[in-house]
Amino acid sequence: MPDGGIGAPTKRREDTRFLTGRGKYTDDFTPQNTSYCAFARSQVANGKIKSIDTSAAAAMPGVLAIFTGEDFVEVGGNPAGWAIVSRDGEPMKEPKRPVLAHGKVRHVGDAYAAVIADTLEEAMDAVEAIEADIEELDAVVDMASAVANSGTLVHDEIGTNTCFDWGWIEDNRAATDEAIKKAPHVTTLELINNRLVPNALEPRCSIGEYDPGTGDYKLTTTSQNPHLSRLLISAFVLGIPENKLTVLAPDVGGGFGSKIYHYGEEALVLAAAKKLGRPVKWTATRTEAFLSDAHGRDHVTKIELACEKDGTFIAFRTETMANVGAYLSNFSTATPTFLHGTLMAGNYTVPNVYVNVKAVFTNTAPVDAYRGAGRPEATYSLERVIDKCARELGMDPVEIRRKNFIKKDQYPYASAAGLEYDSGNYDALMDGLEKTADFAGFEARRAESAKQGKLRGLGINAYIEACGIAPSNLVGILGARVGLYDAATVRVNPTGNISVMVGAHSHGQGHETAFPQIVADMLGVDPETIDIVHGDTSKIPFGMGTYGSRSLAVCGSAVFRATEKIIVKATAIAAHMLEDEPDNIDFSDGVFSIAGTNKSVGFGDVALKAYIPHEYPIEGLEPGLEETAFYDPANFTYPSGAYASEVEVDPETGKVTICSMVALDDFGVVVNPMIVTGQVEGGLAQGIGQALLENSVYDDNGQLLSGSLMDYAMPRADDLPSFVVDHSHATRCNHNPIGSKGCGEAGAIGSPPTIVNAVVDALARGGHDVDHIDMPVSPSRVWAAMNK
Amino acid sequence: MPKVTMNINGRARSTEVENRTLLSTALREKLHLTGTHIGCDTSQCGACVVHVNGKAVKSCAVFAVELDGATIDTIEGQAAPDGSLNVIQQAFKDHHGLQCGFCTPGMVMSAAALLKDNPKPNEAEIRDYLEGNICRCTGYQGIVNAIMAASGQAVPAIAAE
Ligand code: FES
Ligand code: FES
Repeated sequence: MPDGGIGAPTKRREDTRFLTGRGKYTDDFTPQNTSYCAFARSQVANGKIKSIDTSAAAAMPGVLAIFTGEDFVEVGGNPAGWAIVSRDGEPMKEPKRPVLAHGKVRHVGDAYAAVIADTLEEAMDAVEAIEADIEELDAVVDMASAVANSGTLVHDEIGTNTCFDWGWIEDNRAATDEAIKKAPHVTTLELINNRLVPNALEPRCSIGEYDPGTGDYKLTTTSQNPHLSRLLISAFVLGIPENKLTVLAPDVGGGFGSKIYHYGEEALVLAAAKKLGRPVKWTATRTEAFLSDAHGRDHVTKIELACEKDGTFIAFRTETMANVGAYLSNFSTATPTFLHGTLMAGNYTVPNVYVNVKAVFTNTAPVDAYRGAGRPEATYSLERVIDKCARELGMDPVEIRRKNFIKKDQYPYASAAGLEYDSGNYDALMDGLEKTADFAGFEARRAESAKQGKLRGLGINAYIEACGIAPSNLVGILGARVGLYDAATVRVNPTGNISVMVGAHSHGQGHETAFPQIVADMLGVDPETIDIVHGDTSKIPFGMGTYGSRSLAVCGSAVFRATEKIIVKATAIAAHMLEDEPDNIDFSDGVFSIAGTNKSVGFGDVALKAYIPHEYPIEGLEPGLEETAFYDPANFTYPSGAYASEVEVDPETGKVTICSMVALDDFGVVVNPMIVTGQVEGGLAQGIGQALLENSVYDDNGQLLSGSLMDYAMPRADDLPSFVVDHSHATRCNHNPIGSKGCGEAGAIGSPPTIVNAVVDALARGGHDVDHIDMPVSPSRVWAAMNK
Repeated sequence: MPKVTMNINGRARSTEVENRTLLSTALREKLHLTGTHIGCDTSQCGACVVHVNGKAVKSCAVFAVELDGATIDTIEGQAAPDGSLNVIQQAFKDHHGLQCGFCTPGMVMSAAALLKDNPKPNEAEIRDYLEGNICRCTGYQGIVNAIMAASGQAVPAIAAE
């Protein structure tokens, strides 16, 4: 076994370029003769575009072209990737999402014109000179009034603000209603899953290029999935043939979901580059990011938990309104449905689950998948209502969860929400948590805090998520308009080193380090001899990209399968070289040998033979050593975890301080534990941000009040504690070849309910009758809850 | 347009700038030093931190035209001429102090300024000092560990599997 295979905490090779300023992010590229693009964006949330006069702007120095919605009337809309069917059998409402607003502007920041100029300053100055006559209409902001359809509509042509009204599983509705009616105890909780702005630190940026000599287009862009973006642009929006469009996603400064989607700015720079015959570059300001990136979460939920008096769960029933904003972003319809409703049985043997989700158009920025995507919302609802139920029944929160956990010998387990969990051991995670978080010592720590005048609380949570999205046949039945396999090509070069082209995209996840660990492990070669190629559609096979904690479980499995094919072929070549049958050849540690003899040949010699096929059985074996695999998963993967946090509440101010945050996760087989720990820590910070700090707030007129980093509270180093992260309580995923489940979102899923549970616990122990506080659990909200 | 001459990473560099050109823009667009990043428009994120006359400064918050004769150090000047990482850079790599790398140049430059003033900061001092540098990826744990290590202090071992 070489050093640095599966399980090694290998330091990241990509770090060297990032640490020396040699990373190449989209905005670091400025092709020769680049022109610059700036957008005119709506200042009102809902408005009728009566006229746009660009004549003064067009006469400004340096201005090369101006585009408005009129220029894109003929081209297609940016589609939703998942078709949802309402309870009554009606298809969801899909209003067109144009490249530039046409007829109406529908949220503050909705782009209605674009200026291209020689310099960015000239483009920005010209935007100011565009005279747009936009008649402001009443804005639809609050979801409850939007659903009532009593006032304005976001999209007049669909006649409603409800995109769909979805039931999961509709056939279980009656039984769930009945079970709740008869249940000895029902706990009800209304809660808000606060709207968030992903705020990847690198703002979106796109550069369009067109070569009139060949008719080739190139889009360099901040994307988590260049092939998916190309497909959307080619098949739906601009109609550029895929073979004439290269999409390049170079180093990308974080995504968290917000860079999955195709955005109109990408289409605009391509169309402008064609028209002008010059490269066109657009870089978002942070303000534009706040106004136009897809936001996350934004659910208003009522959840009921029915149980026996001893805490045995009977049913969960959930009613949710999910904000989709003004337009359907690409995954916006999948996120509150199949990534949320299917998880509403949690880690529990509950027999009845029913979820109703109404997706609602409002005059706000589009909402789509953000780190966790539907699963944080599911976990938050479940784990909050379970905590409340335990309190009502006088049960320990650990005990009520353990009583209902799926047991380790019950797998595969068909959940009442329609998923088949393949593996897990929730009791083992909880056992580990009790020790690692030192529940036994809590009382002493609480007494110590009390001496300082602080209320201390302990919050716990158990979560499960579905990752590794997804089996294409299954999601096809459920409405997905794409397959969700991934792909890898392993190319062994003549001199024996290896290039691996992958469909996944690394924007912080460390694929360039971790994927070679898999190949090195299998081939018995030094991982340093293996390179990963990603992010360039002209080089990589068609894969679906990176989101939903899928890269290792799906694309890593494709890498695994392609490497298996390499081994098969290399074994055949080795057999020829050793003058024996392939079946008699052993391969280990990079050496092919015949058992019981001293005949052997190294992997490097076999590679050379593949490319210099002299004395080669050319009739039965092609030269070369390059294999591609498309891997379509058999099931989702099901990472799970148990988290605990202790907080101190200052009763004078309501300020919450996190004293400890302990995360135990089951990710299955871990390829690089250092990277996995980092993924959890980053997720924890985002989850704690949601719980305590972050909130995307629109006023009644649809103005974004939290539209800058001064108004939107991002977690900073001094807001966070040191984390304790442990992924040793692992059960193998038993349907993919690596055994990995995925780790990217866990921290953001598990931490918000943990923190809120801890705060409510602190207040309860302090004698305050508080059931719930909505996130972010800010000092003012805590203080108000204590002093109501 | 006014011309400014600055000593950047040990070399005199001259460029013409408008009065409104920020140092960050001058570095990136005029001098092609794209290691300094722009993450915001309100001087909040710290991705653009460089050293001006030895002090950590958000380069998006100063005009280039005011810096004639100044000494500027950027991320591009931190490694040795042979490319080997300096102590702070190496510690970031060893302790997984970066993921997407976008905040990293600013973090490294801020860390260098902190350690110059306070060679052995404790965890609270490090967290407090980094208040002006946002990282969306790491949760800061690896960054704090890296700065502890770079200052010769013990750090908890990275959780093994
Ligand atoms: S770019 Fe300078 S602080 Fe954000
Ligand atoms: S590493 Fe991505 S923002 Fe810090």
